[in-house]
Amino acid sequence: MSHAVVTDKRPSTLRGASLPKWFAWATAAGSLALAVGIGLAAGLHSKVQWGLIASILFVLGTYVISAKVEGPRQAKDRVATSVVWVAFLLAVVPLVSLVWTTVSRGVKVLDGYFLTHSMGVVADDEVGGGIYHAILGTAQQVGLATLIGAPIGVLTAIYLVEYGRGKLAKSVTFFVDVMTGIPSIVAGLFILSLMLMLDMSYFGFAGSLALAILMMPVVVRSTEEMLKLVPNELREASLALGVPKWRTILKVVVPTSLGGITTGIMLAVARIAGETAPILLLVFGGNFINSNPFEGPQQALPLYIYQQYGAGSSAGYDRAWAASLVLIAIVMILNLAARGIARWKAPKAAGR
Amino acid sequence: MAKRIDVSGLTAYYSAHKAIDDISMTVEPRSVTAFIGPSGCGKSTFLRTLNRMHEVTPGGRVEGKVLLDDEDLYGSGVDPVAVRSTIGMVFQRPNPFPTMSIFDNVAAGLRLNGSYKKAELADVVEKSLKGANLWNEVKDRLNKPGSGLSGGQQQRLCIARAIAVEPQVLLMDEPCSALDPISTLAIEDLIGELKERFTIVIVTHNMQQAARVSDRTAFFNLSAVGQPGKLIEIDETERIFSNPSVQATEDYISGRFG
Repeated sequence: MSHAVVTDKRPSTLRGASLPKWFAWATAAGSLALAVGIGLAAGLHSKVQWGLIASILFVLGTYVISAKVEGPRQAKDRVATSVVWVAFLLAVVPLVSLVWTTVSRGVKVLDGYFLTHSMGVVADDEVGGGIYHAILGTAQQVGLATLIGAPIGVLTAIYLVEYGRGKLAKSVTFFVDVMTGIPSIVAGLFILSLMLMLDMSYFGFAGSLALAILMMPVVVRSTEEMLKLVPNELREASLALGVPKWRTILKVVVPTSLGGITTGIMLAVARIAGETAPILLLVFGGNFINSNPFEGPQQALPLYIYQQYGAGSSAGYDRAWAASLVLIAIVMILNLAARGIARWKAPKAAGR
Repeated sequence: MAKRIDVSGLTAYYSAHKAIDDISMTVEPRSVTAFIGPSGCGKSTFLRTLNRMHEVTPGGRVEGKVLLDDEDLYGSGVDPVAVRSTIGMVFQRPNPFPTMSIFDNVAAGLRLNGSYKKAELADVVEKSLKGANLWNEVKDRLNKPGSGLSGGQQQRLCIARAIAVEPQVLLMDEPCSALDPISTLAIEDLIGELKERFTIVIVTHNMQQAARVSDRTAFFNLSAVGQPGKLIEIDETERIFSNPSVQATEDYISGRFG
């Protein structure tokens, strides 16, 4: 732009035509209405199809209108924004519908009685019964698995970050990566083959061992990342005070990253709490309360859900949904607890 | 308390790269020795070889001798942990432990070494904080986190932490480079007081600072980038800044180089 003849009709070179703020909402509403119209006209029954048509119309409409009025650069910007929104909705819809379905179906039989009684005197197609035995089993199996998996995982991560050099560290990292991908049924089969060799029968602790195998790589990975975040200056400061390396790790490095490590462990716990396959193979399930994880079959929540649903009665369906709700609630409580611990233990910068 | 350091023929490597070449010098007890020189000439590396922190860096290794009152720090059977509790270190950036309070930070050296009497701990902390000229500023908030202090206070906290373990020698790696002039002055005054009790070695980029605080000054240089750093000369600070015996030193100090 110079003293030459200005052909631009716009009054300012800095301000261009822009669409009003409600444009995005209007386009969304318009494309939704259009999608419903198209859906009804074409006789599409699936609401999913309607939603997809609306999404495509929304993105295309945003681009066409914006390109006409605002120019191609703003149009691209608006398309990017609308794609993000569509992706967000596509991700949230299943999540919300899952929680909604579980809650609405689960609350039917969920009460104090359900939480404190087992299935011992109730046939699968009868109303009543509860999940006390399954909660107890899950708590014991997951608890024992954590007792085994978490320390081994954390110690492995400490080795990898603080000591590991050369081939051994590299191969440990490699095998941890491989272990992350182990399907849970394979971990179950591995323990099962040991059980068969030792001529043992179903018991809760066998499940814990399989769960620990699944948990370890997750803990290693998350702990490793947390330890790497600890600044090297802190290690050097401690070493320069004449503190031995092991004490430096124990008293400076680990406390600094304790919040993150705890979060990682809690998330791993939440993950294994929902495993079904190894429990089915190794612990077998059952309708009775068994408070001894080292002898006899035990029940666990995921397996209970599977078996109740498989029973095929409407009472069984209700119990399965209620147990699902309890399982989701337990996992969510663990996650919230992890966040709380992370916030509580995080190094505090304030305090002037 | 304070001890003399005799370095002879010291060469340090990072893996295959030679960082400093064949350095020999004497650091006098109860005095301040300043290291000056351009970036990358190996001042900090040399400083870190004096308390065996160099080998903490992966690939770091050292040849030559460092005698602390006739005892070789790199002799066989010498425990680097013991060396480091005898020769303390203060780093460029203040690095208090973020999970610990002010009190715990100062007590860290004793606590983490496991050798202390509970009753003495409060005394040691008070003495060290007073020694670092920080006591009056923090005595009412010893239980607050150390990371809540200002940069200059944090650096003095780190000095208090270093002197709490009663080292013989105190190494300072550009202790003022992250601080404002007022905090710098506080640290420099502190160095003047500390040299009554400790042998002090300080790396600095600030030549006025070297002239102000040090008794002896060593000038390091490197012939080209990627070449190992060398000790050009070490002498009384006054002589280095008025009438150095090597032309390169005078060029560097007066800003005529390159």
